[in-house]
Amino acid sequence: MNNITKKLLETVADMFGAPKGAYNIREDGQCAGRQSTEHIVIEPKKDKPGINIIIDSAAQGETVYIPACVTHSGVDDLVYNDFYVHKNADVVIVAGCGVHTDGEEDAQHNGIHRFFIEENARVKYMEKHIGIGEGTGNRIINPETYIEMAENSYMEMDTVQIEGVDSTKRTSAAVLQSGASLMIKEKIMTHGSQIAETNFVVDLNGEDSGANLISRSIAKEQSRQLFRSRINGNAHCHGHSECDAIIMDKGIVSAIPELTANHVDASLIHEAAIGKIAGEQITKLMTLGLTEEEAEEKIIEGFLK
Amino acid sequence: MLKLNNISFCADAEKEILKNINMTVENGRFLVITGPNGGGKSTLAKVIAGIETPSSGTILLDGKDITNESITARAKAGISFAFQQPVRFKGITVRDMIQMAAQQPLSDQQISSYLWSVGLCAKEYLDREVNAELSGGEMKRVEIAGVMAKQTKLAIFDEPEAGIDLWSFKNLIDIFQNMRERMDGSIIVISHQERILEIADEIMVLSGGEITVQGKRQEILPQLLKAEGDCQFCAKKERGCCE
Ligand SMILES: Nc1ncnc2c1ncn2[C@@H]1O[C@H](COP(=O)(O)OP(=O)(O)O)[C@@H](O)[C@H]1O
Ligand SMILES: [Mg+2]
Repeated sequence: MNNITKKLLETVADMFGAPKGAYNIREDGQCAGRQSTEHIVIEPKKDKPGINIIIDSAAQGETVYIPACVTHSGVDDLVYNDFYVHKNADVVIVAGCGVHTDGEEDAQHNGIHRFFIEENARVKYMEKHIGIGEGTGNRIINPETYIEMAENSYMEMDTVQIEGVDSTKRTSAAVLQSGASLMIKEKIMTHGSQIAETNFVVDLNGEDSGANLISRSIAKEQSRQLFRSRINGNAHCHGHSECDAIIMDKGIVSAIPELTANHVDASLIHEAAIGKIAGEQITKLMTLGLTEEEAEEKIIEGFLK
Repeated sequence: MLKLNNISFCADAEKEILKNINMTVENGRFLVITGPNGGGKSTLAKVIAGIETPSSGTILLDGKDITNESITARAKAGISFAFQQPVRFKGITVRDMIQMAAQQPLSDQQISSYLWSVGLCAKEYLDREVNAELSGGEMKRVEIAGVMAKQTKLAIFDEPEAGIDLWSFKNLIDIFQNMRERMDGSIIVISHQERILEIADEIMVLSGGEITVQGKRQEILPQLLKAEGDCQFCAKKERGCCE
């Protein structure tokens, strides 16, 4: 593992050295470390780049780390990771991605993750993205996530893009069976001329399934963001999506929600609010002694918390 | 000591919201400003805090001209201001808010004691966000706790009694009494409440952007509360003439 990877891992996965449990570290398209445990088996794919992560029912409260790093320009990494989460398992998956550029060429990571979550299993999936480095090449991260959720399973997905990613296109699709529940929280901050695009598609197929998509984003300078969410209610179900964005400078944010109720008992809600920081919020914090800049920082920090 | 000399404020060319305000609040004094809705009370408080810029006149704090100082500079100089309508924030907790107001690290215990004194169960509120989930009354109390936590030379409260339904007036009055004992600066409370007027050192009535009555409580309050038929604010004309 090189020093850039080490640094990236600290930020995206809170990893300081090799973790205790199961992990797989991907560095510039290669495996830089792997460990399975009794209940979590990680094996390489035979037909394409990537790994299978098999989490058996006895895994209860374990954490598995599968971060990926691109440490220099000219790397275009593509990886397929499949997670098989067996019945009743309860697991935390930490999957950060860091991209570093040192030259004119782009550094890119495309991660295609599929989740097969069995009955009653619970997954918390955390994904933090960051771009660093002095290179002029673009830092690109394109995650694709497909989620199949069986009866009464639960998944929470926390995705955060902190800074430095010039271009990102995120696609997440989920299909939920009866009683399954999905919560997605996304936080994105863009600046410079960055572009971020988010696409959610959720099919609520099962009785009493539910999905909650929450996006908080900040677009600074000339950056642009597009938030697209599509929730299809195909049964007695609950769907909620919320896009809350702050625009600053010349930032642009579009929110395009789409709700389709294909069943009379589907209850679907979308909320979107886009605007600059309210003047009275800045004023209030200034009356506490903060400068205008400090007030802005506090407001953003809270908003993205 | 706060001193305003000939302060006027115009929102636009036609509308003069404050007209030639002259007032002094000595250190250790407790001033209650009252008057009809739309009389200019909140605007006056904003002018003092630096949120609105007067069209003419000067403001002095302890003899120093602060007319051109920013909101931040005035806050640092010791002016604190509890808004009539507290501002809500996503992701900022009650703890963060009090901490920011104090401008120095406070222990949870210290923060809790401020919350208790405004009638909020600290354990329940420390981690709550000051967002749309708090009621108007709860927001008001957090706002007041913030002023208590801040080192202050001049504390301004804009209609603090609003929304104190579940809480007693007595507590609010205790807060003001305690504050007055502890700080060597002055307190301005904007209020319509007789019980708050009763603890004032001085009372001022602001109506139509002008000071109509100003003086010691002992002289002013009886006038304000005088026989029916008289206006409760200007003590001169018909009852309700200033509404
Ligand atoms: N920024 C502003 N622009 C225009 N009109 C204002 C502004 N601020 C206050 N006003 C008006 O000034 C008057 C006084 O308002 P305010 O100070 O809120 O009164 P009070 O607090 O005594 O009820 C009202 O008529 C109000 O509508
Ligand atoms: Mg007012």
